[in-house]
Amino acid sequence: MIDIQHISKQFGKFQVLKDVNLTCAPGQCIALIGPNGCGKTTLIKSILGMVIPTSGTILFNGKNIASDYHYRHQIGYMPQKGRYPDNMTIGQVIDMIKDIRNTKSELDEELIDAFRLNDIMDKKMMNLSGGTTQKVSASLAFLFNPDVLILDEPTAGLDPLAAEILKEKIIAENKKGKLIFITSHLLSELDDLVTDVVLMQEGDIRFHMSTSLLKEQTNTTSLAKAITYILKRDHVQ
Amino acid sequence: MFNKIQKFILFDILKNRIVIAYTLLLAVLAWSVFSLEDDSNKGVLTLLNIVLLTTPLVSIIFTTIYLYNSAEFIELLLSQPVRRSKIWAGLFLGLFFSLGLSFMIGAGIPILLFVAGRTAFILLVMGILITAIFVSLGFLCTILARDKARGIGIAILLWLYFSLLFDGLVLFLLFQFADYPIEKVMVVVSALNPIDLARIFIILQLDVSAMLGYTGAIFKDFFGTGLGAVLGFLLLCLWAVIPYLISRRLFIRKDL
Repeated sequence: MIDIQHISKQFGKFQVLKDVNLTCAPGQCIALIGPNGCGKTTLIKSILGMVIPTSGTILFNGKNIASDYHYRHQIGYMPQKGRYPDNMTIGQVIDMIKDIRNTKSELDEELIDAFRLNDIMDKKMMNLSGGTTQKVSASLAFLFNPDVLILDEPTAGLDPLAAEILKEKIIAENKKGKLIFITSHLLSELDDLVTDVVLMQEGDIRFHMSTSLLKEQTNTTSLAKAITYILKRDHVQ
Repeated sequence: MFNKIQKFILFDILKNRIVIAYTLLLAVLAWSVFSLEDDSNKGVLTLLNIVLLTTPLVSIIFTTIYLYNSAEFIELLLSQPVRRSKIWAGLFLGLFFSLGLSFMIGAGIPILLFVAGRTAFILLVMGILITAIFVSLGFLCTILARDKARGIGIAILLWLYFSLLFDGLVLFLLFQFADYPIEKVMVVVSALNPIDLARIFIILQLDVSAMLGYTGAIFKDFFGTGLGAVLGFLLLCLWAVIPYLISRRLFIRKDL
C-alpha cells in the first residue's frame, strides 16, 4: 500500500534519513520506534508530503506522491501536538476540516461521541487543555474513515480513560484492514496494538519485523522486553 | 472557486483582540482628527501620516506573528488533501481581508463621511494597498526565517526601513547631490518605497504639492498625469504581489 524506496533527507549538513526502504500492507499496525532524533517524525512527514525528501520516491497504491496530493484523502493524521486557530470553537474546527476534505463517504463520528466532544462543541480552542486538544486531533484523524492512519504519540497527554478509548478504536480499525502507523515511546502501551515493529536508529531502519517473530527470536513475552533485549545485545557487541 | 481556508481564517482573525483594538484605534484617531480640524484637507494630511505609520506596522507584525503561531495549524492543513499553494493563498487572503476590513471600518467610515469624493476614494485605495503590501511582506519575513524571534525582528526592521530609514537616506542623498539636477531621479527613488509612493499620491490629490518644492512639480508632472498615476498604481500592486509570490515559491518547497 505504501512503498518507500530509497528515501534520504538532509537538513543542511545533518542527514536525518539515510536510504530508507519500507513496504507496508493493509491490515498492518506498525509501531515506529527508536530514540529521540532518529528520524521517525521526518519519515512520517515524508509520507504526508510535509517534508520533501532529498532523494528517493514514496509510492501510495503504486502512485508517486510527489506529483499528486489527492492520496491524502486516504490518510488520517494525528499530530504529536495539535494547535488550531485560537478563536475557533471545536465545532467550527471540525466543520472546517469536513469542508476542506469535502468527502462523500460516510463519516465516522464514533470518537467524537466517545470523547463526549458534543457537549463542548462551543468551547474555543484556546481555552482547551492539552488533553482535550488531543481528543479533537484524534477525532479528526478517524473522522473520514481513511485507509491509512498515522498517529504521532497518540496517547501522550490523554487521560487513562481516553487513552483506552483511543486504543480500542485503533484495534477496531486495524481489524477492518486499515494500515496504521504509531510512534510512541511507551512500549508497554503498544503491546496489544501492533502487528509489526519498525526500529529506527540514526536515520536508518534497523529492522522491520512482525511482533510475533520478534518475540520468538528474542525469546521474550512482551514488546518492551524484546526491544530492551535487542538494544542491550547491541550494546554488549 | 471560493477558497474555504480563507473563509475560516477570516472569521478567526475578525474575533482576534489585536485586530479589534486596531480597528478601534483607527476609528478613534480618524474621528478625532476630523472633529478637531475644520479644514478637511488638513485633516486628511494628519490622518495620512497616522495611517502611513500604523497600518504598515500592524499589518506586517500581525501577519508575521499570526503565521508563526499557525505553524501547527498549517501542518494540519498540509496533511489534508489540499494543494500547498491553496493553503498559502487562503492564509494570505484571510489576513488581507480581515486587516483590510479593519481599515475600512476604522478609518474608512469617517473618511467617507468627512472627505470629498475623489480624495476619499484615493485615500481608501491607498490604505487597502498598503495593507496588502505589508501583509505580503509579512509572508516573506515568515518564510525567510524559521525562528519566530528572528522573523519578527526582520518584520520590525522592514517597517523601520520603509517608514523612517528610507526617508533619512533620501534626505542624505538630496543634500549630497544638491548641486545636480536629481529631481527626475527622485521619482524613480520614490518608487522603491511603497509608503512614499502612497504619500505622494494623496498629497497630489490635495493640491498642496507646492509644499514639496521643485521636486513636487516634477512629481505632479509625472504622477499627476493619467499615465503616471496608472504606473504608480501598478507599482504599488507589484509591491503587494511580488513578495507574496516569492514567499509562495519558497513555501511550496518548504519542509515543515
